[in-house]
Amino acid sequence: MSLLVYTENWDGKFKKLSFELVSYAKAMADKLNLPVTALSIGNVADDELKQLGNYGASKVLNVADNRFDSLDNKALAEAVAHAAKSENAQIIIFSHNNVGKAIAPRVAVKLNGGLVSGVTALPESFDPFVVKKKVFTQKAFAHVQIDPDIKILTLAQNSFELIETENNAVTETYDPQVADDVFSTTVKETNKVTGKVLLTDAEIVISGGRGMKGPENWGQLEELADILGAGLSCSRPVSDEGWRGHEEHVGQTGKIIAPNLYFTFGISGAIQHLGGVSSSKFIVAINKDPEAPIFEAADYGIVGDLFKVLPQLIEEVKKM
Amino acid sequence: MKFLVLISNVPDTTTKIRFVDDNKAFDTTGVQWIINPWDELALTRAVELKEAGGIEKITVANVGESITEATLRKALAVGADDAIRIEAKPKDAFYVATQLAQVAKNYDVVMVGIEASDYNGSAVGGMLAEILGFNSVSAVSGMNIENGQLSLTREIDGGQQKIDVETPVVTIVQKGIAIDPRIPAMRGIMMARKKPLTVVPAVDAEEKTEYISFELPPPKAACKLVDEDNVKELVRLLQEEAKVL
Repeated sequence: MSLLVYTENWDGKFKKLSFELVSYAKAMADKLNLPVTALSIGNVADDELKQLGNYGASKVLNVADNRFDSLDNKALAEAVAHAAKSENAQIIIFSHNNVGKAIAPRVAVKLNGGLVSGVTALPESFDPFVVKKKVFTQKAFAHVQIDPDIKILTLAQNSFELIETENNAVTETYDPQVADDVFSTTVKETNKVTGKVLLTDAEIVISGGRGMKGPENWGQLEELADILGAGLSCSRPVSDEGWRGHEEHVGQTGKIIAPNLYFTFGISGAIQHLGGVSSSKFIVAINKDPEAPIFEAADYGIVGDLFKVLPQLIEEVKKM
Repeated sequence: MKFLVLISNVPDTTTKIRFVDDNKAFDTTGVQWIINPWDELALTRAVELKEAGGIEKITVANVGESITEATLRKALAVGADDAIRIEAKPKDAFYVATQLAQVAKNYDVVMVGIEASDYNGSAVGGMLAEILGFNSVSAVSGMNIENGQLSLTREIDGGQQKIDVETPVVTIVQKGIAIDPRIPAMRGIMMARKKPLTVVPAVDAEEKTEYISFELPPPKAACKLVDEDNVKELVRLLQEEAKVL
């Protein structure tokens, strides 16, 4: 038996997210006295694959097959299920991101397993198998029991620390035997924004609300984000007004983020907004209204004029 | 093309979340029920495409007890042609997906929101696709019908892709598929009363996961306030106390 981790790569590189998943699997595997196998699909160099060993994978299955580049959900699920069977995996772990959310439910059906998505911690018990997850868009937690023998989890991002360990990973070329006719997704065009920090990756996120008064005032937020290497986001009214693009909207119906530091300027903190950001480790609020609900969610705050605060803040962080 | 839009009946997003029965159940007292926000965006796009002439029929479906019919009627008022309610208390994602499979097998395109705002499972769409052997596409933020072919835009890390996918397909949609949900007009509400709403019995299905108990997050410590002329102090706190800068 083993634990299987689906590790995603981005243009041949793993991210913190992949290592977080392996660290989580390793911590669980140690309690069960089982090995961790990592599955990597796509073209990843051997040195990069070996890095998964630094976090506890003892075996890395390498599927260097570019047919999977189209992210065909059906084909990816078939590949993961094939690996799970050949590794006799009892627990299969994905990230709770776009790809993980897409494939984990399909794998659960294929293997007749039980799935819990958005898990935030190690299992509370193994027999019965009970895990904690977020519910009601971060407003509460639930303890959920998985009944079938095969347990499938998607791990909420930023919910487990990286743990380095002695590396004794072996890498193997692996063929999951997915037939050509399973693939039915064709990518016609890919548009990637380059040079911007991705919101879902960012350790620090700077966010502007209606209190910013207009799109012409975003220059200072951009400057601050640049200095801090932060991602830039906004509240729903800002994207609805067209001041910023919808891809920057964070909140319940926009993107859900969990940075270490979430820095808000002129955001009042409607319950739907907080639903998307309340997993941030620290929240800072700058708002002129002392009654704004954002101050109930924030760890640090300034009640005052953000247009006075922003230039001072930029000066201070430049000195760091 | 025939479209099926799955509708989850969820508490209004401003609902104060409370639990009863020794924290084993969600307290539904006084809760206003709505169409899950992402399902509502899915339905909005389906209605737009139907108006543009690309869709033959839009059906909405849910798994729920009779109390959820008000939500289905609202979906009819927004512009769906008919509704199907599968008579069962929704248990876990696999149970719900198994119920929906009996209906969804008759459609070309199934649309479902990226998650339901109550249990945040993100699982029914993918499970349904696997049960039926349909393809599935997640994080769909755009949908068009060009020459009778489905053309999708999906979100990937740091960008977007335009893709073609063969039908039948389950599309798991998020914001962008539509921006604002369509509000039913008075005429739509009147018409919705006469549109067919069929009740289908549940099939036997396994429940693979069980909610044991719930808890609310611990109360947050009070916000530390700094004077607006003392931004330096804020930076110091973030560096030395929170250690995040």
